[in-house]
Amino acid sequence: MFWPSLGRTFVFTLMFVPSAIIGSLALALLLNQKLKGTVLFRTLFYIPHLIPAVALTVLWMAILQPRMGPVNATLRALGVADPPGWLATQDTALLSVTIINVWAAVGGNTMLIFLAGLQGIPNEYYEAASIDGASAWAKFRKITLPMLSPTIFFNLVLAIIAALKVFTTAWVATQGGPSYATWFFVLHIYNEAFQNFRMGYGSALAWILAVILIAFTLAQVYASRRWVYYDGD
Amino acid sequence: MAISQPFPTATPAPRVARRRRMLRPSRVVLYAVVLFFAAIFGFPLLWTLMASLKTVQETFAYPPVFFPAVPQFGNYIRVLSIERIPVLLWTWNAAYITALTTLGTVITASLVGYSFARFSYRGRNALFLITLATLTLPAQVTLIPQFVLFHRLGWINTHLPLWVPAWFGGGAFGIFLMRQFFLTIPRDLDEAALIDGASYPRIFWSVLLPLLKPPIVTLAIITALASWSDYQSPIIYLNSPDKFTISVGLHFFVQSPEVGGEPLQHLLMAACILTMIPAVVIFFAGQRYFVQGVVMSGLKG
Repeated sequence: MFWPSLGRTFVFTLMFVPSAIIGSLALALLLNQKLKGTVLFRTLFYIPHLIPAVALTVLWMAILQPRMGPVNATLRALGVADPPGWLATQDTALLSVTIINVWAAVGGNTMLIFLAGLQGIPNEYYEAASIDGASAWAKFRKITLPMLSPTIFFNLVLAIIAALKVFTTAWVATQGGPSYATWFFVLHIYNEAFQNFRMGYGSALAWILAVILIAFTLAQVYASRRWVYYDGD
Repeated sequence: MAISQPFPTATPAPRVARRRRMLRPSRVVLYAVVLFFAAIFGFPLLWTLMASLKTVQETFAYPPVFFPAVPQFGNYIRVLSIERIPVLLWTWNAAYITALTTLGTVITASLVGYSFARFSYRGRNALFLITLATLTLPAQVTLIPQFVLFHRLGWINTHLPLWVPAWFGGGAFGIFLMRQFFLTIPRDLDEAALIDGASYPRIFWSVLLPLLKPPIVTLAIITALASWSDYQSPIIYLNSPDKFTISVGLHFFVQSPEVGGEPLQHLLMAACILTMIPAVVIFFAGQRYFVQGVVMSGLKG
């Protein structure tokens, strides 16, 4: 189970991190538009992040329940004869766990940090660009993204670390199943150490995780020199 | 980057300007998008709330109903009185563990932070580096040796492993946070108090701590939320249902969907809502300071 659980964790990370980062950035950009009721929306987006992981999972198990859950009921009403089994079937369980984690993460601290980062960008840059006739997309590409790159970097590092440590949602929703479809690396550690009581082996696995996390973080710090722009300092 | 506002909020535009802006089609699209996201975040929460107020028949109705015909507020009383699923006891367990963990973290992390920020002694920098180094280790690495340690102490299936460690510095994050904030306070303040004859404990308690309300509230909220929501530690240390915290209990509840042939799905939803409420309340109680703390960790980190 070592390599499969590690591979599965990487697949989860590959699905989770881009969705969470792009989603959070999109929400932050939206909330930065000075719409009416921004404070209310921001609070609503943040609440999923506050929910304890077990309660979050129980909530989504009801939402995604294949027979009586509202998602599949809606799909059937829309004419989908055979809606997916979500957490209950092997080929959709990993995707379902990803959806749950993204839903909980996108409106959370990542979004707040993006929002603060956006508000730290001096308005003069946008004004100057407008005078030069830059399009909204050009302003986003040439001003927002470079100015926000330190914030993106920070959020990216944290999101990858969080993704590689995924445990509670998968363990509560599916116990790693069905047929090991959500058997992630930390589940493997937990199972070996505390279900099979192989403490030494479990410790070794935990250290491998630590090395992977540190390697990822260092690699990002190194790569960041190419794309992160620090204004002034 | 300077933070001009403690909490990023949209400044309301003058009334006339705002009305004119709303008429633009691009604004309409933006409102549509933000409402779409509001639905995505709000619907699952609302569904769970409604499900917790349904009768058994409505819970298993097909096709599912969204609103219960008559809200069954009695579900919340019933869920607290199922003998095999002691939700009230689990809530109490989690509440007192959260309180002790938060108190211990705030007190000891401030003390250690004070020491690192204000005193010079042999080995201080080495100790500080070691403290910081523990931040990079995932909890899974220390979980197993900790389990072995608490096993030797005979603390398995007690609540002690869950809150006692918080009284030994409360973890590197809290220590680091407090140290950084102690460093922002001018030393002149300590020295003036010292000349006036104040002792170091007195300076810590009466001069410095009152100035550190924002980081203390931030640390308290982060710690309380983490402790209330924690699942990985209690699942390892607690075996008997009367010792469970609410998170572990909720998982136990999921695995026993009925008692004596009576389905409990609607009561499970009520328990789920009961688990969320304290987290939301803790957050709102200190939202102002908390968001500021999160933002600063991101911008200065």
